[in-house]
Amino acid sequence: MNAMTEPTHFDRLSNQHLDALEEETIFILREVAAAFERPALLFSGGKDSLVMLKCAEKAFGVGRIPYPLLMIDTGHNFHEVTDFRDFRAKELGAELIVRSVEDSMARGTVRLAHPGESRNVHQSVTLLEAIDEFRFDALIGGARRDEEKARAKERIFSHRDSFGQWQPKAQRPELWTLFNTRLQPGEHFRVFPISNWTELDVWQYIEREKIALPSLYYTHKRDVVERKGLLVPVTELTPPKEGETIESRDVRFRTVGDITCTCPVESLAATAADIVIETLAADVSERGATRMDDKTSEASMEKRKKDGYF
Amino acid sequence: MTATISIATPAHSTGTSSQNDTSSALRFITCGSVDDGKSTLIGRLLVDSRSVLQDQLANVSKSGEADLALFTDGLSAEREQGITIDVAYRYFATPTRKFIIGDAPGHEQYTRNMVTAASSAHAAVVLVDATKLKWNVDGMVDLLPQTRRHSLLVNLLRVPGIIFAVNKLDALGDDATAAFAKISEALQAFAKQAGINVTATIPMSALKGHNVVESTPGWCGYQGPSLLALLETLPVTAAETDVPFAFPVQWVEKFHNSADTSQGRRVFWGRVATGTVHVGDTVSIHPSGQTAVVAQVVNHARVPGSIAAGHGAGITLDREVDVSRGDWLLAQVTPAADPDDEFADTPKPRAFAEATREIKATVAWMDDEPLVAGRVYLALHGHRWIKAKVKRIVHSLDINTLQEHDATEIAPNAIGHIELALQEAITAVPYAQSRVLGSLILVDTASHKTSGALLLS
Repeated sequence: MNAMTEPTHFDRLSNQHLDALEEETIFILREVAAAFERPALLFSGGKDSLVMLKCAEKAFGVGRIPYPLLMIDTGHNFHEVTDFRDFRAKELGAELIVRSVEDSMARGTVRLAHPGESRNVHQSVTLLEAIDEFRFDALIGGARRDEEKARAKERIFSHRDSFGQWQPKAQRPELWTLFNTRLQPGEHFRVFPISNWTELDVWQYIEREKIALPSLYYTHKRDVVERKGLLVPVTELTPPKEGETIESRDVRFRTVGDITCTCPVESLAATAADIVIETLAADVSERGATRMDDKTSEASMEKRKKDGYF
Repeated sequence: MTATISIATPAHSTGTSSQNDTSSALRFITCGSVDDGKSTLIGRLLVDSRSVLQDQLANVSKSGEADLALFTDGLSAEREQGITIDVAYRYFATPTRKFIIGDAPGHEQYTRNMVTAASSAHAAVVLVDATKLKWNVDGMVDLLPQTRRHSLLVNLLRVPGIIFAVNKLDALGDDATAAFAKISEALQAFAKQAGINVTATIPMSALKGHNVVESTPGWCGYQGPSLLALLETLPVTAAETDVPFAFPVQWVEKFHNSADTSQGRRVFWGRVATGTVHVGDTVSIHPSGQTAVVAQVVNHARVPGSIAAGHGAGITLDREVDVSRGDWLLAQVTPAADPDDEFADTPKPRAFAEATREIKATVAWMDDEPLVAGRVYLALHGHRWIKAKVKRIVHSLDINTLQEHDATEIAPNAIGHIELALQEAITAVPYAQSRVLGSLILVDTASHKTSGALLLS
């Protein structure tokens, strides 16, 4: 019964529940289309947003997604991911809006503490600027409740005040599927249609639906250094520190984000089916294995969300 | 890595999937007061089903021993205060089933959070702390108010599977077997009196792991399945297929420039609330009262077929009629159907009652301000927003006993009976018959907070 971590049980692994997850996600995507005037779908080109886009394609049909896709670009993205993002948006006939942290820096609304600082946290500023610019009233995001403890508490329709802040103690009760989408001027909603999916569900769905992903998600050779138990990719932005040895390893990314804070894991998984098996056997969470910036404090995500982070 | 693109159709079409199956994810909630071991139970379920990963385990381990309770408090304010503030959702899976736990706090604001978590639950695990119970002079057990309160609340919300988990029996040593027998007896007596259909009563030690994931045969005289084994076999909430077809229109899809425009019709999307929809059915449109015939039915992912309650559907009608978001498509019952014909082989479908502007309801009040008569709220019924005026507070309910008391207001987190006048008529069905047609939320016109949950009487 509790032997799900044994790959030998993979043949017994049910994926029937994916139907219900997909159905719920499509229901929420349509609710946003109907209930809001100016929604947008946050689209990074990562696996979670590609799963959402697949559901949107089923919900609305190719060329019919009734809201633009919005990408907040830190300027530190893997080109494989941004290329894929552009390709997929074009293929679906969706409008793609890109707003960049570098523009916010040029405007002076984002100041870095030091040039090498991760720009990940500063995305919040650029995002709120984009919300202001386009007067978006709902932003759909691919966050999952299994990612992190603060996320586990968040509603599917998550109200944000006029500063873009999440107030965990004052969340609106979410009863049945009666979603209260009422807003005051200047406020907006963050909507999470794949709240109830886990990392494993996402990979099972990618496998079942044959969803194409950026190549970074599958095994490839990459120069890395080992640092504090993580594999840090060697890039212009993340050079090796003194005394570190560069090694070429077989790796893949479980999550793709800002280059300066995203680490790959060692893996030979070449297909989604391989990754389903690997995920079943994994003993470290997606964030634990791959994110440099979440370890600073137990509550770091909660703090960032209160500040308007996705 | 080559990125091949394919527009795959799902391997499993969901439109007509059977009800009561165990292949769907099971949503269950855990209830109990602060120290009953709720967090420990959830921690035990996650750890023993190997759903907790090493880094998460390391975060809650002190000197090598994991504190199971720490998995469930996610917010810094909760860790500071050592209490749970809001519902958290947890996920785990076994080879046969995925589970979603709605972890509702047992502390303050219990009603608000319990109602939130219970409104979508298929089952409720009510924890009973064996060490807290007192024995009265007859040698009988007095149940704690929380046990009664939580059971009554989940029963009121029609959560179908109610499991009593009698926890901390390991702390009673040799007396455990006798204690479990007495507690079971008291629980059965209470459930019978309150009209609660109990799925199972399981003796348990969340701390030691007895009967949580692994069964401990014979322990406390119990030979039944472990909690997890039981949860694996529970059916999800039965869809309301025995009520005539009702469908709240969520979104209207217009075909402007597509090849599909040959018919020039619009598709009405939503989730079937009750009954089943087939091509050829005659439906009436509420509130306009027009009628039309269903020309096409597709599932949420655009695969054709009949669709039953609980599932997403896209419906095309045979003629151009005015339908917009918030309207309802309702079964039109042919005049030949006689509801009084007791001798028919199968009961004939009954039509919905006349739409009404006067409703009576049980309200679970969630606002920080009390509910008073005379105020106007925004009410959401299906996808339809209407204004609702509170005409009268009939009485408030003692949540411990469900006894009625005269009242002039309903306090925050309290439950009561009220009468409302609606700006427009709705097709009202008692919550006991339909969770979708029988439920509404009230939203404050000024703050836009979700202030109350209504269960129609």
